[in-house]
Amino acid sequence: MRASLFITCYNDTLFPETGQAVVRLLERLGVELDFLPAQTCCGQMHANTGFRAEAFSQAKRFVQLYRDAESVVIPSSSCVAMIRDQYSGLFEELGNEDLRKQFAALLPRVFELSEFLTDKLGVEDVGAYFPHRVTYHASCHGLRGLQVGDRPFRLLNKVRGLQLVPLANLDRCCGFGGTFSVKNAEVSTAMLDAKLTDVLATNAEYCTALDNSCLMHLGGGLHRQKKSLQTVHIAGILASTAEHPHGAAV
Amino acid sequence: MSAPVHPTATVPSPVMDPRLAPPFPTAALPILQNTQLRKNVAHATDVIQAKRNNLVAEKKDWRELRNSAAAIRAHVLANLGSYLEEFETNCTAAGGTVHWARDAEEARAIILRILREENATEVIKIKTMTSAEIQLNPALEAAGIKAIETDLAELILQLGDDEPSHIVVPALHVNRRQVREIFAQKMGLPELSDDPEALTAAARTYLRKKFLSVPTAISGANFLIAETGSVVIVESEGNGRMCLTLPRALITLAGIEKVLPRFADLEVLLQVLARSATGERMNPYTSLWSGVTAGDGPERFHVVLLDNGRSEILRRKVERQTLQCIRCGACMNTCPVYRQTGGHAYGSPYAGPIGAILTPQLEHMQHAQSLPYASSLCAACYEVCPVKINIPEVLIELRAQVVNQERSQPARWFDPMYLGMKAANFAFASATRFRLAQRLGRVGLRLFTGKNGWIRRLPSLGARWTMSRDLRALPEETFRDWWATRDAKPGKESR
Repeated sequence: MRASLFITCYNDTLFPETGQAVVRLLERLGVELDFLPAQTCCGQMHANTGFRAEAFSQAKRFVQLYRDAESVVIPSSSCVAMIRDQYSGLFEELGNEDLRKQFAALLPRVFELSEFLTDKLGVEDVGAYFPHRVTYHASCHGLRGLQVGDRPFRLLNKVRGLQLVPLANLDRCCGFGGTFSVKNAEVSTAMLDAKLTDVLATNAEYCTALDNSCLMHLGGGLHRQKKSLQTVHIAGILASTAEHPHGAAV
Repeated sequence: MSAPVHPTATVPSPVMDPRLAPPFPTAALPILQNTQLRKNVAHATDVIQAKRNNLVAEKKDWRELRNSAAAIRAHVLANLGSYLEEFETNCTAAGGTVHWARDAEEARAIILRILREENATEVIKIKTMTSAEIQLNPALEAAGIKAIETDLAELILQLGDDEPSHIVVPALHVNRRQVREIFAQKMGLPELSDDPEALTAAARTYLRKKFLSVPTAISGANFLIAETGSVVIVESEGNGRMCLTLPRALITLAGIEKVLPRFADLEVLLQVLARSATGERMNPYTSLWSGVTAGDGPERFHVVLLDNGRSEILRRKVERQTLQCIRCGACMNTCPVYRQTGGHAYGSPYAGPIGAILTPQLEHMQHAQSLPYASSLCAACYEVCPVKINIPEVLIELRAQVVNQERSQPARWFDPMYLGMKAANFAFASATRFRLAQRLGRVGLRLFTGKNGWIRRLPSLGARWTMSRDLRALPEETFRDWWATRDAKPGKESR
């Protein structure tokens, strides 16, 4: 099977290890992966802040770049939600008929990572080994936007050595919200504190999620509070094996 | 007169007029410092939300019920003009008088004129957020008419010189110890205990005198029924029922969107409303009446139909759904932002997610423009909304309108947010530019990176992030650079 990796702008820049983990994981599962170097951003930041013309440029670029892809894999639930929930509205407002058609044809081939694994590849046991106590944070865009349901749990439950600890108030936002974390920094911080209280109560070693944006927020708060609890994208856990544990040099 | 006992004494009195209120982030600051208020809000929203979740879960056909409720409300909005005219015809035929108010000022003038005709010096009120929307109480006071709130929560707030913080549970931010202080002082009951029964008994004694002596009342409306010309009010205390039945004259103020086509539509709407609003299978008191009935209830009945920006909202494709709202408040109870700030930070009687979209629109996007940004877009509101208002979608639409208004203003030319967005757009337009931006970012941030590889303090907008969160330094190698060179690296998996 062939798939094209859309890494997303912030994973590319801030979390290259997540992209590397996706590559290791999918190639281990026999996927022939490519990476189009012309890719940049899905437009989420601009769209959600109100910069619609700019978001449209990014959306158009995405569709033109991937219209011939067999599948597009994206290790970020919020970027996939942007594509699913907002592209058609943007194209209706600012695009043309051709673009709308191209997008409609492409959309069923766009997958968030956990969707790609469970739905497209049909695997739950990806052969991972991660001997740690882990709690899962449900990113809002995965939970309510994509409705990923129990997909991440099915994947994590099959990881050897992993002890999954439930997180209280699973459906509550961590307070990141993109530019919300800056525009409403104080409220965002209050939401983060509430979330970290629940995360720390799990006594987990790691907190994982489908989205590094939430994890950047949680991880930044944990580091500021000098906590030992680490954050890791779900790809990092699923790529991890006894021979090649998480954190080892690629 | 005794000094005002503000129940949240460490906080200045909230400003609930969107034209005067500070922007949301500023208004939220003193509230975030108020531990007691935040504890009260968290506790109350937890309790209501748990009840709501249980009662929705037990309803096997909730999805269908919710679809029906949304469909009825959407149908009303698509045919609003004809249903309003039908309501007017049937309400008038039943002996009511219907008035049309273009805006808040007209509505206040109509109500004042009726009250003068009634020679009213006092008026009893049922909880109505619409009257707060048109700033009715200050207008009555200026005209020498005393408004007496009879809803228990509204009474607590009125006596405590406080403002509502929730559309269903307006005094949700006040606890019973604070209620006791207010009642003890304002009702002259120094020995009053904070036992809920003692508190309600004190309120009952106080209010019964008003019910029996004041012959004029003002109410809002939960629904108007076009088919019968009826008005529907749901409540929990029975105080509303007193207001609706004892006075000689009754004025109902209702937004034009409150109409339902048929009496039978209540079957759907009352079910979703009670379960969503208070977590009850059915609300305790549901009052329905049509016009006037000789020898029973008010002799004179007026309905004031308020537009106040609603027709403008109705014309807009995405925003129109805002008017589907049945004011259950479920979005507020589940909202992680509201749960931290309560309602006062929103500077409007309509708080929480629905307030964040409704208030700026009622203000014709001239005021309250920080509200569309008072959300992390987590969509918990959309999930619980019994009439399926996609609040995040409307928030994003309103943000786009704010940006379109602001982007040409010279004041925004050097605004770091606008500069950042423009720079990011320039960079995202080509991979070469994006790579360059990544490199510049990495080098630039080195200035702020500590020995441990983390950034603890950033300037400008970045300081808003680092106020509570560290940021890992940008890695030396981006993913795209790693991918481009991974074949060449020894010891790496090959492509």
